[in-house]
Amino acid sequence: MVDFEPKIIGFLCNWCSYAGADLAGVSRLQYPANLRVVRVMCSGRVDPTFVFKALSQGADGVLIAGCHPGDCHYTEGNYNTLKRYPLMMQMLEQFGVERERVRMEWISAAEGTIYADVVREFTETIRQLGPYKRRLVKGRDQVG
Amino acid sequence: MDHPKVGAVMVVGGGVAGIQAALDLADSGFFVYLVENSPAIGGVMAKLDKTFPTNDCSMCILSPKLVESGRHGNIELITNAEVESVRGSAGNFTVGLRIKPRFVNIEKCVGCGVCAEKCPVKVPDRFNEGLGDRKAIYTKYAQAVPSAYVIDPEHCLYLTKGLDKGKDVCKLCVKHCASQAIDFEQGEQFIAKMVGAIILGTGLETFNPTGFINYGYGTYPNVMTSIEFERMLSASGPTSGHLERPSDGGRPKKIAWIQCVGSRDVAKSGNAYCSSVCCTYALKEAIVAREHAHGELDAAIFHMDMRTFGKDFERYLERARYEFGVRLVRSRIYELQEGEHNELIIRYAQLNGEVKTETFDLVVLSVGMVPGKQNQVLANKLGIGLNKYGFSQYPNFNPVSTTREGIYACGAFQGPMDIPRTVMHASAAAGYAATILAGARNTLTKPVVKPTQKDVAGQAPRVGVFVCRCGINIGAVVDVPDVAGYARELPGVVHVEDCLFACSQDNQSKIRELIESKNLNRIVVASCTPRTHEPMFRQTLREAGLNPYLFEMANIREHCSWVHAGNNEAATQKAKVLVKRAVSRVVLQQQLYEIDLGVEQAALVVGGGVAGMNCALDLAQQGIQVYLLEKKAELGGLTRRVHLTMDRRNVKGYLESLIDAVESNPLIQVYRKAEIQDVRGFVGNFDTTFTAAGQTHVINHGVAVIAIGGRQYQPVEYLYGQDPGVITSLDLEEMLADRSPALRAADNIVMIQCVGSRDIERPYCSRVCCSESVKNAIKLKENWPNLNVYVLYRDMRTYGFFEGLYKKARNIGVMFIKYTMDEKPLVERVPKKDGLALRVTVKDHILGRPLQIETDFVALATAIIAPEDGERIAKLFKVPRNSEGFFLEAHIKLRPVDFTTDGVFLCGLAHAPKLIDESIAQGKAAATRAMTVLASKNLVAGGVVSAIDGERCSGCRICVGLCPYSAISFNEVLKVAEINQVLCKGCGVCTSACPTTACNTSNFSDEIIMAEIEALCT
Repeated sequence: MVDFEPKIIGFLCNWCSYAGADLAGVSRLQYPANLRVVRVMCSGRVDPTFVFKALSQGADGVLIAGCHPGDCHYTEGNYNTLKRYPLMMQMLEQFGVERERVRMEWISAAEGTIYADVVREFTETIRQLGPYKRRLVKGRDQVG
Repeated sequence: MDHPKVGAVMVVGGGVAGIQAALDLADSGFFVYLVENSPAIGGVMAKLDKTFPTNDCSMCILSPKLVESGRHGNIELITNAEVESVRGSAGNFTVGLRIKPRFVNIEKCVGCGVCAEKCPVKVPDRFNEGLGDRKAIYTKYAQAVPSAYVIDPEHCLYLTKGLDKGKDVCKLCVKHCASQAIDFEQGEQFIAKMVGAIILGTGLETFNPTGFINYGYGTYPNVMTSIEFERMLSASGPTSGHLERPSDGGRPKKIAWIQCVGSRDVAKSGNAYCSSVCCTYALKEAIVAREHAHGELDAAIFHMDMRTFGKDFERYLERARYEFGVRLVRSRIYELQEGEHNELIIRYAQLNGEVKTETFDLVVLSVGMVPGKQNQVLANKLGIGLNKYGFSQYPNFNPVSTTREGIYACGAFQGPMDIPRTVMHASAAAGYAATILAGARNTLTKPVVKPTQKDVAGQAPRVGVFVCRCGINIGAVVDVPDVAGYARELPGVVHVEDCLFACSQDNQSKIRELIESKNLNRIVVASCTPRTHEPMFRQTLREAGLNPYLFEMANIREHCSWVHAGNNEAATQKAKVLVKRAVSRVVLQQQLYEIDLGVEQAALVVGGGVAGMNCALDLAQQGIQVYLLEKKAELGGLTRRVHLTMDRRNVKGYLESLIDAVESNPLIQVYRKAEIQDVRGFVGNFDTTFTAAGQTHVINHGVAVIAIGGRQYQPVEYLYGQDPGVITSLDLEEMLADRSPALRAADNIVMIQCVGSRDIERPYCSRVCCSESVKNAIKLKENWPNLNVYVLYRDMRTYGFFEGLYKKARNIGVMFIKYTMDEKPLVERVPKKDGLALRVTVKDHILGRPLQIETDFVALATAIIAPEDGERIAKLFKVPRNSEGFFLEAHIKLRPVDFTTDGVFLCGLAHAPKLIDESIAQGKAAATRAMTVLASKNLVAGGVVSAIDGERCSGCRICVGLCPYSAISFNEVLKVAEINQVLCKGCGVCTSACPTTACNTSNFSDEIIMAEIEALCT
């Protein structure tokens, strides 16, 4: 899969992770262009159906990033993300989606370098995994 | 009055203190000049990596405040400026300012950074403590406000080598600046501003240990200061957050912190005071360093006493020790030497006198706070007094005043203090200024003009897209014409512009003009981050008569061209997709309206202690009707039992005059023996029912302040209550005030510290008891020099200037004996010739042997504990408490007197143990914060908020429990949940949790986010 360019959707909270991504930009840290961002006010807004939707629409990976626990701009929104995540992962696994395709990260507004690292690593992981759609075409009957 | 009062305030110093004071005043009807002597605001806090005790990222919590001050309509930032002169008096000052040239036009500079890239001159970066380089044209730091670049005249080639000789040297910045912002014509400027009051928050400098030859700073490469280490920990610092030994770049395996460098040290630095913050910041640095090293690090803190006296600091200390394995070594450092491989060998004496040596890879000197060099100059110009240490001196019980009326001080300009106290003092200082200028409120602030908006609901989308080149920032990587061409084909788009700078003033006119001529009803700007530019573009829409929420940005700079340099094809492709996302969302976006709500111009203050009374008085002096409820029959609270402050001011006299002022103020209604039954409503409009002296009252108020105080712990240990000789510190103070004959007859007095504090049940420090005991000890020794006074302590926490008292106590012969939790002192009754005597046994920390003292009195320094009716009050006002029962503020650092629930504030002991002056400041701070709500007759709410469709709501109440702002309530009649638009902050947590999709967050609806996902996936 040398030529495979994965499509990755990133849900970033406005206050920490989006700001961290901005800082990566200001610091001119270079990372692959595969991840595209949806800005949400709080990572707690990320409904698992958004993740399912992204995968069903052709995304090969999904990143959810929010403030570190305790740092949430809305006090405790990210705890909801934290609680929801394992359940969602379980569902995805039952649908036959590899765990590696969906990732949750805490990225603060000062962690531009971490954001760039995460995007780099995650893009590489998905590149290694190959396209998500391909597996469906191969005759798996579970649909995300 | 001869001169009318001026409704403007000058805040000098743009650190967190100045920013807080400026925002508080600007939000409550005053125009503010925020004067900063460097090119950008942010101060020391901008340099910090994390903040204790929550390890919050410093920049994350500060940067929203920076941005807010930068674009507040009623704050004028004046950077690179210093105060030259002050004329006039309180209410009417004329301040002369000297402004150093920036050589860059702030209006024109878009902060693209091309100039710095091209600039050939490298200079050590002072923001990074010289650990990295910057160019001669630079911004102070990445998130700097204002973001405009600045030229360093000492290093710029043209300014140093060309200008005088009339030669065109270098000038690469001029050549490459697409917005023609470089201006070498700029010279020094002198301007004058008329203001009613001045607030000084010029902050601190860190102690420079260069002269400390025994620590080898500046000689041994691996000895660094704590602020240098802080920059090294920072992800945006010189090493991108990697721990590195300066000598060889290797990863340190053992790091030592040495405490009290330039604090508590008369001999070498001359700084007799304690810097108050270093113990806790050293713990923070050690914890963060251990995290960075994934635990493979030995972190040791060499200290005299661990002074973690602030709210939640003691828990932090325990976590550092037991969770993170930070070693705390109580010691005296004898010597620090460098080994062959730049390792550092510390020779130190332990508590028992035993001398040890240990080797470390890196040594961090925990440097203290010293007054800024400018303080003396500034004080002279302003005619205010400084104390013997060079910090601001304040008159009796006015903790943020200076010696000159109309000039106030806050933050580290007053003395060493941490961020929460700085923020509290800043709000208090703003309160003083607002009080004296109460009549001039809203006279100089810019009125909010609201142009009429056309209603475009139901119209087919007509989207205008503006694709920005940002000079070459975007244009050199992303093929902007190609993206523009692509945008033209997207559904709903009727007009596309390719612009050089989308944010320029002329482009704003163009957007307005196109909205008009092309009848556009949605706008997309593809340029930089919405976090900085969205408010500005929204304002443009507003001015064009379009609802500002019909706008979206595509971030093709920070998230695209800057991070995919050299990968033009991929970047252009990504930019297209990002534009498509913005267009597919904007067509679905709806007009949102902000609603105006009435604000009842009255305040309820619960608790009539020193904090509550100060708060009530400040509010009343600003024209607010105040209802002050006191549970007891008398005002005064716990302060009734205090006679003298640490520096021997008369508390009784102060309390009497305060009660007098409160009772005689016509705007304050005091209710004694009051008890609240019910609280309804929300910010701006609360209804509270209470009984007082048998009668029931219902009052309507806009804000509430919780000031219900604290209690003294009733000891069950050390024979308290069993032997009349065992008393509390407050009892002792009472006896001292009465010059009790029993005391006069006494030979020995033993004080035991930490009774009920810092134990398993109450793992917090009560903050005041060490200083209280030292105060009593000195008084005892002065009255009766032959009396033996023993203080049994765990760590002496005489923070700040109280360190002077501790030193004095030791000098006059008070004996201090350290004990540990494992070996607490033993208090017994033993037979004596004429009855029973008290005997205290404690292990002497130097001799290591038990010491027996027959004593007349044992004075227990008892804990301050949370108020008994805390739980009830918390439930009534729907506000949280911490596990010790103290009320929990909205943010421990930056919102120390606010609750997350809008319109409810807190102050005094109900927040945490503190001294009288600290309670006064906090009471005033709470009043100031309350005034930001009360100052406007109307409260704006709405915008991006959530709503529940009653038809679809199943009444499951999942959302009710999730909402962090208590904005959702359950309607028992309709059996559905309802969202209060005033309290909702639009986080959307309810929407994502709602199983029946009855919840909807405006412009972040499922439909819109799904459309975005779809656009990005195709």
